[in-house]
Amino acid sequence: MGRYTLRRLLQFIPVLLGTLFLLHYLQSLSFQINGNPIRALFGDRQPPPETIAALTRAFGLDDPCLTQPGNPCFGLFFDRLGNYAQGDFGVDFNRQSVIDLIIRAAPLTLRLTFIAVVFESIIGIVAGVLAGIRKDKFIDNFVRFSTVLIIAVPVFVLGVLVQIGSGLYVGTWLAEQGAPEWLTATFSITYQSDHPWASLLVPGMVLGALSLGFIARLTRTSLIESMRADYVRSARAKGLSGTRVVGIHALRNSLIPVITYIGIDVGALMGGALVTEGIFNIPGVGGLVFQSIRSGETPVVIAVVTLLTMVFLLTTLLVDLLYAVLDPRIRYE
Amino acid sequence: MTTAVDEGGDSSKESSRSRRRRSDQADSLDFDPQAPLLEVRDLQVEFRTRDGVAHAINGASFLVREGETLGILGESGCGKSVTAQAIMGILDSPPAHIGGGEVLLRGVDLLKLDDKVRRSVRAERVAMVFQDALSALNPVFNIGWQLGELFRKHRGYSKSDARKEAVQLLDLVGIPDPENRVSDFPHQFSGGMRQRVMIAMALALDPDVLIADEPTTALDVTVQAQIMQLLADLQKERDMGLILITHDMGVVADVADKICIMYAGRIVERADVNSIYKNPAHPYTKALLESIPRVDMKGTELASISGLPPTLTKLPSGCSFNPRCAYVKDRCTHDEPPLYEVDGDRRSACHYYEEVLGR
Amino acid sequence: MSDQGTPGIREGNAAASTRESPAGHPSDDVDDRDDEAQERGKKERNASLWADAWRELYHNWLFVVSGLLVLIVLSWAAFPGLWTSNDPSDAGQCELLNNRAPPSSEHIFGTTVQGCDMYATVIYGARPSIIIAVVVTAVSVFIGMAFGVVAGYYGGWIDTVISRLTDVVLGLPFLLGAVVFLALLQDQNIWTVAIVLIALGWTQVTRIMRGNVIAAKGQDYVEAARALGASNFSIIMRHILPNSIAPVIVLATLYLGSFVSAEATLTFLGVGLQLPAISWGITIAEGQLLAVGGFPHLLIYPAGAVIVTVLSFILLGDALRDALDPRGR
Repeated sequence: MGRYTLRRLLQFIPVLLGTLFLLHYLQSLSFQINGNPIRALFGDRQPPPETIAALTRAFGLDDPCLTQPGNPCFGLFFDRLGNYAQGDFGVDFNRQSVIDLIIRAAPLTLRLTFIAVVFESIIGIVAGVLAGIRKDKFIDNFVRFSTVLIIAVPVFVLGVLVQIGSGLYVGTWLAEQGAPEWLTATFSITYQSDHPWASLLVPGMVLGALSLGFIARLTRTSLIESMRADYVRSARAKGLSGTRVVGIHALRNSLIPVITYIGIDVGALMGGALVTEGIFNIPGVGGLVFQSIRSGETPVVIAVVTLLTMVFLLTTLLVDLLYAVLDPRIRYE
Repeated sequence: MTTAVDEGGDSSKESSRSRRRRSDQADSLDFDPQAPLLEVRDLQVEFRTRDGVAHAINGASFLVREGETLGILGESGCGKSVTAQAIMGILDSPPAHIGGGEVLLRGVDLLKLDDKVRRSVRAERVAMVFQDALSALNPVFNIGWQLGELFRKHRGYSKSDARKEAVQLLDLVGIPDPENRVSDFPHQFSGGMRQRVMIAMALALDPDVLIADEPTTALDVTVQAQIMQLLADLQKERDMGLILITHDMGVVADVADKICIMYAGRIVERADVNSIYKNPAHPYTKALLESIPRVDMKGTELASISGLPPTLTKLPSGCSFNPRCAYVKDRCTHDEPPLYEVDGDRRSACHYYEEVLGR
Repeated sequence: MSDQGTPGIREGNAAASTRESPAGHPSDDVDDRDDEAQERGKKERNASLWADAWRELYHNWLFVVSGLLVLIVLSWAAFPGLWTSNDPSDAGQCELLNNRAPPSSEHIFGTTVQGCDMYATVIYGARPSIIIAVVVTAVSVFIGMAFGVVAGYYGGWIDTVISRLTDVVLGLPFLLGAVVFLALLQDQNIWTVAIVLIALGWTQVTRIMRGNVIAAKGQDYVEAARALGASNFSIIMRHILPNSIAPVIVLATLYLGSFVSAEATLTFLGVGLQLPAISWGITIAEGQLLAVGGFPHLLIYPAGAVIVTVLSFILLGDALRDALDPRGR
């Protein structure tokens, strides 16, 4: 187990550095080719050169290597890494520290992700198990059909449709009926900060919908494969009850890929929930990215994406380690 | 306890057996001590597929007594494993369907029992050893847990008691350092060791009948010999009935008392081991024996049986072996031979068995 | 770690949008393996994988239906004039005064925010999405196959380099990466979107191809070919490629669906195609803002078009995969 962990760590570090460098290089390249983005901030106005210079310095964009297209700017890269290590992710155009913005936005995203993961896991796994044990019967066909449908609908389409359906139709109808506030908040069009959990329920389900489809399918396939395995026959030959054979022997094996998938998903979902937060106006981390794109604050976008990438890669590493815990065969590789 | 009366075996063995059976639902069954230990009568199993009905077993009958070893021999696909699974009751029931016949354990037809009782018979009275121990053992639970499960679920033992039993079992089958090995996982054992674990699992609840489905096929020759010896020793010690299923004529010659030869889901010859090898009474058996290469035949052409085994959905009319038979005559193509009595206990499903015997 | 999958559609990241687990667990082919065991018995003829697959496919109604739908959508992109005489990009065709009108006999899907016929907008909106999907799929698959074959076949340091490079690119969550690239490029049109999607999309094909090549390389028939003196190139072209290509074909169909979805998503977010281009993403974006005000048709029709398109590609890919699965043989 120790050797396995060490190997994974050794693989993780170069990939992390590589991805961060990729982001850095693209950013530098963009500045080298497109020029200083600070200028674009001011639109048609012509600010005095000193202002531009000062802002450029403040954003750390005054390195000479940025004038040479193609220069990988290693010095700048390592400076940036140093900053990241100290928690410095730069500032936005209003001089607010990006890391502060992220810290303020993170709790919402965490809540949203939590709801999404719980929703997709419970329903996905239950649906997958039911479909698997009643293969080719009605419930199986129903699950297969509905999951394909969910997977085929792009997240933003689903989000928009749900927003209209739940927010506009159900929400206003509820309000007209005089329903309690928390109920209308659940079905509102946008996020409402005085109902931090209720109004995130529906967006959370939208966020988790796609994964739900994948999880249900994966669970189903995995369970069916497990039930065909020889060890299931052995378990039956041991005179164990059907429930135990499926519920413990088969399921324990078939849940391994599902749990690892969910683990990766956590990292992926935290990695922005960009579209969902944008549609439902949730001021989380994804919403931050969304707004920064709108307002053209590219350095903020890059900084947030950098942090999210680090979180994502870290999650992948943790899931790899988790996998070894779940499957004893891997531990002794 | 019913079995105590007739066994003729060591009475101390019997009382220890009855002591261990604390929560045996099968106790409520009406076992007949005079009846043979395990008798299969005219078993019919078919598989209903989209392509038609595959007749996997067409009327198999045989008998095993305590202390006896019955070898079931045949090519891949002849129905040997299906027979074993039918006896155990672990056939996958939508495609498989038991069309008829009886499986009598001391006179009680297992096929007619309800699910719950049937389950308690499994592992307690009839147990099975599978071919590939690596895939037959659950990879995510350790050996101690898998062995202990039998005691926990069938006998109500506590976790620590079950574990102690597991250690004892490992010792019984010859696994060194059982105290530590009991917490290991299946993939941490070598092939031969794993097979010993499988045997331990089958013997855990002291069954009356042990079915070994190709127990040594996946192993090296030297390990094969060890495992077969282990099986023979354990059988003798416990006076079990052993059904050995294999396609290897060499392995079975040493160990079996009686042999059944299976072809296309039917038993085509049944005899004691010596008669089969010395003087087969069925063309298929004869051809099988002749196809074994011998050192003194060096330089001559290898004998093989022409043709292929039949597809179970489209069996030939008459005798299933007729397209490949060296003794085939007109009658064989439309008249399915019953199991003729050759002499004493010997049976052959061939119209012309006299000719095959060379009489 | 995670392989086969449909990139782009999911929030945040493609590497996790898998149909296979880290353990390389197989996907939804179990059911049809049951059916195929039957088929296998029936056909004793010496049929190649493709002939077998084709025979099976035209009996599969899902394949036929989704195939037809795909062809219809492709024809919207290639020959929109066949479906409507109304080209919304033509000035004169859109009456601003009649905008947001609900469906009527004259405009069966109603009119858009600019007053153009919604039906025509949906038809013409297919073109950029399909072009991007086709181009991106073709190029990503090509690059992915090239890298995958080289990495898998030659192994060694070149495999390490390619694999690490793949890992690095996969380290970026798909959607975030696309957004960042496009924001940095500052120029957003069909070609930049295509380039960005290609830059992120080649990785999955490489992974899969590499895996298949490594498996094929170990087969006895490759050893035999080498013993007979075949050159590396001919071994690759004659033995390795034909045997590893089936999963890539399936992935390509799934990719087509995902990239339609990805482009629509990016356009919706504002980093993809921009006005005055006509694209489903743009129409939906407009529709979203206003459907809230009670004009559901602005949303339903373009959204429906995207859903039907992506769904058809996915079903097509699923049917293909089940037909080409050699395990059913």
